Amino acid sequence: MDVTLRRKTRQVGAEHNPSPPQAKDHARFCAFPPWRVPRKTASMALMSWLTNLVRPKFRALVGGAKDIPDNLWDKCPGCGAMLFKRELEEHSNVCRHCGHHMPLDPVRRLALLLDEGYTLVSLPAVTVDPLRFKDHKRYADRLRDAQRRTGRHDALLVGEGTLGGHPAVVAALDFSFLGGSMGMAVGEGLVAAAERAVATRSALIVVPSSGGARMQEGMFSLIQMPRSIVAATQVKEAGLPYIVVLTDPTTGGVTASFAMLGDVHLAEKGARIGFAGARVIQSTIRETLPPGFQRAEYLLEHGMVDAVVTRAELKDSLANLLGLLRPRPSRRPRLSLLSGPVPHGARNSVSPDAASRART
Amino acid sequence: MHVLDFEKPVAELESKIDELRHLSGDGPLPIADEVGRLQDKVNRQLVALYSKLTPAQKVQVARHPDRPRSVDYIRTLITDFFPLAGDRTFGEDLALIGGLGRLHGQACVVLGQERGHDTESRLKHNFGMAKPEGYRKAQRLMHLAERFGLPVVALIDTAGAFPGVEAEARGQAEAIARSLETCLALTVPIVACVIGEGGSGGAIALATGDRVLMSEHAIYSVISPEGCASILWRDSGKAAEAASALGLTAQDLNRFGIIDTIVPEPLGGAHRNPESAMAAVGAALSEALEPLLAMDSRTLVAARRAKYLAMGRKGLT
Ligand SMILES: [Zn+2]
Repeated sequence: MDVTLRRKTRQVGAEHNPSPPQAKDHARFCAFPPWRVPRKTASMALMSWLTNLVRPKFRALVGGAKDIPDNLWDKCPGCGAMLFKRELEEHSNVCRHCGHHMPLDPVRRLALLLDEGYTLVSLPAVTVDPLRFKDHKRYADRLRDAQRRTGRHDALLVGEGTLGGHPAVVAALDFSFLGGSMGMAVGEGLVAAAERAVATRSALIVVPSSGGARMQEGMFSLIQMPRSIVAATQVKEAGLPYIVVLTDPTTGGVTASFAMLGDVHLAEKGARIGFAGARVIQSTIRETLPPGFQRAEYLLEHGMVDAVVTRAELKDSLANLLGLLRPRPSRRPRLSLLSGPVPHGARNSVSPDAASRART
Repeated sequence: MHVLDFEKPVAELESKIDELRHLSGDGPLPIADEVGRLQDKVNRQLVALYSKLTPAQKVQVARHPDRPRSVDYIRTLITDFFPLAGDRTFGEDLALIGGLGRLHGQACVVLGQERGHDTESRLKHNFGMAKPEGYRKAQRLMHLAERFGLPVVALIDTAGAFPGVEAEARGQAEAIARSLETCLALTVPIVACVIGEGGSGGAIALATGDRVLMSEHAIYSVISPEGCASILWRDSGKAAEAASALGLTAQDLNRFGIIDTIVPEPLGGAHRNPESAMAAVGAALSEALEPLLAMDSRTLVAARRAKYLAMGRKGLT
């Protein structure tokens, strides 16, 4: 009955079909629905404005060009400016007027961060839809729709190569895939990414963008919190840098696990980062939210991230960090200092690959 | 005692028994016979009810106001208990009580999520919803346990971590993540028992153990059924459907290999016989700890990680 999916290693540049994230996905797939995303009404208003005003004007300008497809334009949610899609893509989805950072799909995220010639890491197959979850719609169908729309099997994409010449594995979440939610496939993918980093002596850079746990997988999604932390710990114990780049939005069980345990935390300008969603806080606790609440800058002020960076400076910042945090030899267990059985109280470290050995 | 809707027929019989007992005093035998007959009937009904509780009914039982809480477990099971307070950074959080004590003679660190049993104590313990300082206190106590080679016993009973502005400002996510990390790296044994409600990240932050136990009618879920219903069904009235879909019962989670042991509850649930429910949990915790105490730290940590890495990889159909 279970369909298992296997990802193949393939050269980058294969099919890549970025599609706009669905605002409603977020609320639907995440245990901690966070903040309001641009609503339908806004986009409908935009559409009519575009059709009624911009297109005729543009037509007049270019002298009677008949058909200007709507999909050439995007509106900046930050300042409302109309932006040429192609130009926006050239700027990695950052508005050149106000600097607003829009979502960046994981294919382009990997291309932005890794040097040319990187490869995708093949991620292990997992049991799909362990609970055969169904609300109005079957989870299996929602999953299939997301797979069709993105051309990917789940919300995590992992690439390996170099970053500014330093060996690096980059694992990026795709918010447009069921709200970037963490289920078994994402957890297993993070474990695979960590193993790849350890095997190739690379830094691990994770780029979360997620509403949290994928509730349609029930407790199978919650246990990805400890599982992803085991993954991160293996990288750290191997003496390799583990860096988190928090992007908009990162919430719930993702923030409360691997995303808050980096050696260094960078956050993209303006990114919303938190545990509980602002709506949850407002509705259950009825507290008013301070200005800038749960934004990258707020987290910086509260000591939770090391730096807020723009997308344009992200790669250079990471390259600089990787140059400074050179991998060290694996931390060897200091057991030689002790003879006989180790008492529980002894603060010894554990062989970094003990857990992965135990798996085989 | 608070009566759940599906328990009403039983409650009626039980009040009849009480009446008869009251009448009889040291009266004639026929009344005693009648009491015995009614008690048999109650027991038969309870067996029938409680052997096939729906997930939604289990949610009610798990949150029953008369169910024993962490403070009751500690008072009953832990001798020489010495409560310890504060995270040494910001403050004390009574949603998470902790301290040193002995379980069946074995010295240990106890962590207990406490929801309170009446309005006053619920407010005092913030309804069992810990803030960052609660999770940081837990980390502090786990490190203390490590220093003295003491096992950690965690009692899980929370609707979830506190969702509030101040909790966010002080790094709720980081506190939970670090607590999970501490559980996973702990060089001493850690066993957890979900005694009531295991609510999402706020629960797993302390329930990441070498052995995870669940009381027979406890629940453990990625999201509350109400929250899930309002998001996925867009109707919080569909909580019963959500409870069934989420697979949150001890029986489901044991079958999935996510928890290790189900601790049987007395007939009719822990709220009908708290003493016996608590004794069973105490015995199960000791039994779970025993083999772990004999393991060296390295093996222990490696086995704990391997356990979590293996979870969900096999046995699903
Ligand atoms: Zn703009």
